[in-house]
Amino acid sequence: MRVGNDRVTPPPRSAGASALSEPMLAGQAGLANQAGRAGERNIAVELAEVSKAYGTGASRLLALDGVSLTVADGEFVCIIGASGCGKSTLLNLVAGLDKPTGGQVDTGGRRVGLMFQEPALFPWLTAGRNVELALRARGVPRTPRREQTRELLETVRLSGFADKRPHELSGGMRQRVAMARALALDADVLLMDEPFGALDAMTRDLLHEELERICAERTLTVLFVTHNVREAARLGDRVIVLSSRPGRVIAEYEVPRHGPRRIDSTEVAQMAGQLTDRLREEMGRHGN
Amino acid sequence: MATDQALHGLDNLEVGPGAGRGVSSGRAARKTWAATWPKLLAVLLVLAVWQVVHLSGWKKLVLKGPGTVLPDLWQMAHHALIWQAIGVTMQRAALGYVLALIFGTVIGMLVARIPPLRAALGSIITGLQTMPSIAWYPFAIILFTAGTDAILFVMIMGGAPAIANGLITGVDYTPPILLRAGRTMGLRGLTLYRYLVLPASLPAYMAGLKQGWAFAWRSLIAGELIVSIIGPPGLGVLLNTDESNLDFAGTTSVIIVLLLIGIVVDMIFTKADLAVRRRRGLLDPAAAT
Repeated sequence: MRVGNDRVTPPPRSAGASALSEPMLAGQAGLANQAGRAGERNIAVELAEVSKAYGTGASRLLALDGVSLTVADGEFVCIIGASGCGKSTLLNLVAGLDKPTGGQVDTGGRRVGLMFQEPALFPWLTAGRNVELALRARGVPRTPRREQTRELLETVRLSGFADKRPHELSGGMRQRVAMARALALDADVLLMDEPFGALDAMTRDLLHEELERICAERTLTVLFVTHNVREAARLGDRVIVLSSRPGRVIAEYEVPRHGPRRIDSTEVAQMAGQLTDRLREEMGRHGN
Repeated sequence: MATDQALHGLDNLEVGPGAGRGVSSGRAARKTWAATWPKLLAVLLVLAVWQVVHLSGWKKLVLKGPGTVLPDLWQMAHHALIWQAIGVTMQRAALGYVLALIFGTVIGMLVARIPPLRAALGSIITGLQTMPSIAWYPFAIILFTAGTDAILFVMIMGGAPAIANGLITGVDYTPPILLRAGRTMGLRGLTLYRYLVLPASLPAYMAGLKQGWAFAWRSLIAGELIVSIIGPPGLGVLLNTDESNLDFAGTTSVIIVLLLIGIVVDMIFTKADLAVRRRRGLLDPAAAT
C-alpha cells in the first residue's frame, strides 16, 4: 500500500445502523475486512494485484496498477473514477476480452455478460433477433430459443417491440434490448460500462429501478462502472473509487440499504457528496 | 406497478405513432410524379439540344437529328436482331459478373482475414482497380485466343478488384464496439464472421458490387467491340457493324440501348442499397419518405 492512499473500508453490512457508514482510515484492516467478507459469501469476481499496461518503452501507458478487489455473489459493486482510471480496461479484463499484464483475474468459471454505454445492437437485426443471436451463440436450439427470446424481452418490458429494428427504438429501449441480450448469455456476473451514461435523467431513473428488479429476480452479481456519483450511491451495495493514471483502488465505501432507494433521497445525496469530495481530491492531484 | 406503467408510457411517447406507414394511393402517385418529371425534363432537354445542333448544320452530312434516329430506334425495336443482341450481351454480362463476384468475394474475404495476404495483395488489388480494363485485352487474346473466354477474363479483372475492395473496406469499418459485443457473446472465428463481420460489411460490399458491375459492364462492351467472336452478335458487335457502315442512326440507337440498360441496372442496385440502408436506419427519414 502506498503512502497517501487511504483505503477506506466500511463496517460490516449487518452493522449498518447509521444512515451512512462513516468511511474509516484503514491499513491492514481493509484487507482483513475483505477476507472476512469473502468468508461470508462466495466470491464471484476476484482481482488480485491486477496491472495492465499498453504499449512498450517510452509510450508505455500503465492503465491499472495493482488493483485488488473482490465481489461477492449477488453483490452490486459500483466503480467510480475520473477520466483515465482504467474503468473500461478493468471490465475488459474481467470479461476475458483482454489479458492482464500482471496479477490474477478469477471469476471461478462464471458466465460473464458485458454492457456498454452504447447499446451496440446489430443494426441489421430486429430487437428480437439481436437477443436470439446471443442465445444461438450459446448453442441454444431453435425451438427453445424463440420462447426464451420472448421471455427475455418480457423481462425488460419490451414484449411488443420484438420486430422493431434498433434505429426505430429510443435510447432507453435500445439499452434494455442490450440488457436482454446480456441476460441471454445466462450470465451470473453482469459487467456494465456506464450503461445509462447517454440517457436522459428520467429514463435513467426508471432503468435504475428496472435493473434493481432484474438483479433481484435473477440474483445477479453486478460490477457497474460509472462516473456519475449519484448513480453509484443510488445503485451500489459498495462503491469503489479508482485513482487516475494509473488506476488504483483509493477508497471503498459500503452503502447501507434501508429499503428501496431513490436518487433524490438525502441518504443518496450524502453518499454522493462524499464520493464527489474524494474524486475532486484525486483530480486535484493531477492539477499541478 | 408504477415503474412499469411509467416505462410503457415513455416507450410509447418515444417511439411515436407508426408515422408514414399507410401512404394513400393519391400520395403515392404524387411521389412517383415528383420522381419522374425531372427525368422526363432532362430527356426533353437533351433531345432539344440535339435538334438544335442538327439544325445548326454542324457535321451536316453525318449527324442526323432525333427525328431520324428515334424512328430508326423504333424500327430496330421491331426486329429480332437487337433483342437477340441484348440477350447475347446480357447473358455474357450475367456470367462475367457472377464470376467477378465469386472471385472478388473470395479474394476479399481472404485478404481481409489474413494479414500477410493483405500486406501482399492489398495494394495490388487497388492497383488493378485503377488499371483500364481494356489494357488487358491483348494479354487475354494471346492467352485465350479471341472469344468469349477472353471477354470473361477481362470482366473478372475489371470487376473483381472493386468487389474485393468493397468487402475489405466493409470488414475494416466494422464498428469495434460491435466486435466487442460479439466477442462477449462468445462469437469467434468463422461464426464471428458469419453473424457479425459479414452482415456489418454489407453496405460497403454493396457499394463494391455496384462499382464492380460498372467495371465489368465496360469491359464487356469494350470486349465485344475489340474481340471478333463467331456466333450471334452482341451489342458491341452491332456498334462495330454500324460504324463500318457509317450508320449514324444505328450507332446512336445502340448507344441509347446501352444507356437504358445501364440506367435500369443502376436502378436495381440503388433500390437494393436503399433497402439495406433503410433497414439499418442509415437513411435520413425526411429524405427517405
